[in-house]
Amino acid sequence: MSEIPADLRYRDSHEWVRVEDDIAVVGISDHAQDAMGDLVFVELPEEGVVFAAGDEAGVVESVKAASDIYAPVSGEVVAVNEALEDEPELVNNEPYAGGWLFKIKMADSGELKEMLTADQYQEQIDSE
Amino acid sequence: MGHRTPLYDAHLAAGGKMVDFGGWDMPIHYGSQLEEHHAVRQHAGAFDVSHMTVVDVTGHDARAYLRHLLANDIDKIKAGRAIYTCMLNERGGVVDDLIVYKGDNDYRLVVNCATREKDLDWMEKQAGGFAVDIHERPDLAMIAVQGPEARAILEKVLCEAGAKAVAGLPFFGFEYVGEWLIARTGYTGEDGAEIILPGSKAEDLWQRLVDAGVRPTGLGARDTLRLEAGLNLYGNDMDEDITPWEAGLGWTVALDDADRDFVGRAALEKQKTEGHRQLLGLVLEGKGVLRAHQGVHVPGGSVGPDGEITSGTFSPTLGKAVALARLPAGTTGTVEVEIRNKRLNAQVVRAPFVRNGKATYKPL
Repeated sequence: MSEIPADLRYRDSHEWVRVEDDIAVVGISDHAQDAMGDLVFVELPEEGVVFAAGDEAGVVESVKAASDIYAPVSGEVVAVNEALEDEPELVNNEPYAGGWLFKIKMADSGELKEMLTADQYQEQIDSE
Repeated sequence: MGHRTPLYDAHLAAGGKMVDFGGWDMPIHYGSQLEEHHAVRQHAGAFDVSHMTVVDVTGHDARAYLRHLLANDIDKIKAGRAIYTCMLNERGGVVDDLIVYKGDNDYRLVVNCATREKDLDWMEKQAGGFAVDIHERPDLAMIAVQGPEARAILEKVLCEAGAKAVAGLPFFGFEYVGEWLIARTGYTGEDGAEIILPGSKAEDLWQRLVDAGVRPTGLGARDTLRLEAGLNLYGNDMDEDITPWEAGLGWTVALDDADRDFVGRAALEKQKTEGHRQLLGLVLEGKGVLRAHQGVHVPGGSVGPDGEITSGTFSPTLGKAVALARLPAGTTGTVEVEIRNKRLNAQVVRAPFVRNGKATYKPL
């Protein structure tokens, strides 16, 4: 069983968001990293780029395949996890901690309400 | 539910992540494809390849039949040796690639699982006029043990006669020990052996290998290992519309004996005169991963892609992306690969990328 922390919000495309004041920390779920297998390359957005929710924001590549990452909320990218350039396996090993991808300064925190709760995300995985 | 090999339960017990592979339920990995890959390059790994199709060819005309069916010439090797070859259609396209283990007047062929039916049909069709018996062996299992420590471990694990065989075999040599065929062949670019044995004995051998420290290795690592070793995969790097010349397999085509009229020969000779594309290696200079079907642009080429990647991956041994690509003849230097609407530089190289744990590719 994959881990789904209760304090995070999720997109059906498997990104998670942790809210720290007006900043959304973004990563991919334990379920997603497990399905992809060993990650070997992570392409992150540049700081300062502004996304609308649902925009393509990056790519994670495993030995098997490439998978797009979507901005789960709207706003400006204010930080990216540069450690992933040399250690993409952090996403496999610590998907909710050292494997975070980027941080967005939220333009509209109301979007969080449209995201899935941990229970809803679990239901979605079970139905896949 | 797909077909299951005799090792299905052993895979589940070892935490194998099972996927459908050509109608078979096979382990893609047992936790980490990368760790399994490194285990084979540095120590030893075991692969269940029982899904592959084993076919015995016997009978008075077996030799003549195989010299007609196959593009390589089994007369080049003596009994007790194996040879890699393609089986072609009349257009010179590859019906399948296979290994032939040559006995005194008996031959064992190992063909791909995904092409099983069409291969058997094709072999039957070509057998007209030859006194041969073509006999599939679904009762047999096959285990590959690969890596620098593979043969030393096998010597400890096998019975005395088996250990002696493993110790003494030359590269591409094989020996029957009772019902077991023990061969010094493989698909990883490392030393090792492949063992074809009765299915009922497979689980016991597998367990003894694991107990001796050999790591169960899935089909995922098998693919990255073979690609690093510059070995083709049927369906990716060649198919029925691609000739051996275009697939980097010219070395497996034997034209020396002008009297040997194998299937596809005329088409190959014609294409050899006319010219053809080549399968070449690529190494990506920057970050990213090369994948099958990405377009390749050569300097001074046309607007559209001039070639295409047929197999690509991240090479765990080299720490960068590598690929095989079908390109215009004589392509050298640096080319550009289309990766998600960007063009990234890649170096054209002569494969293999890795052999016996070390980088071996040469810039072209």
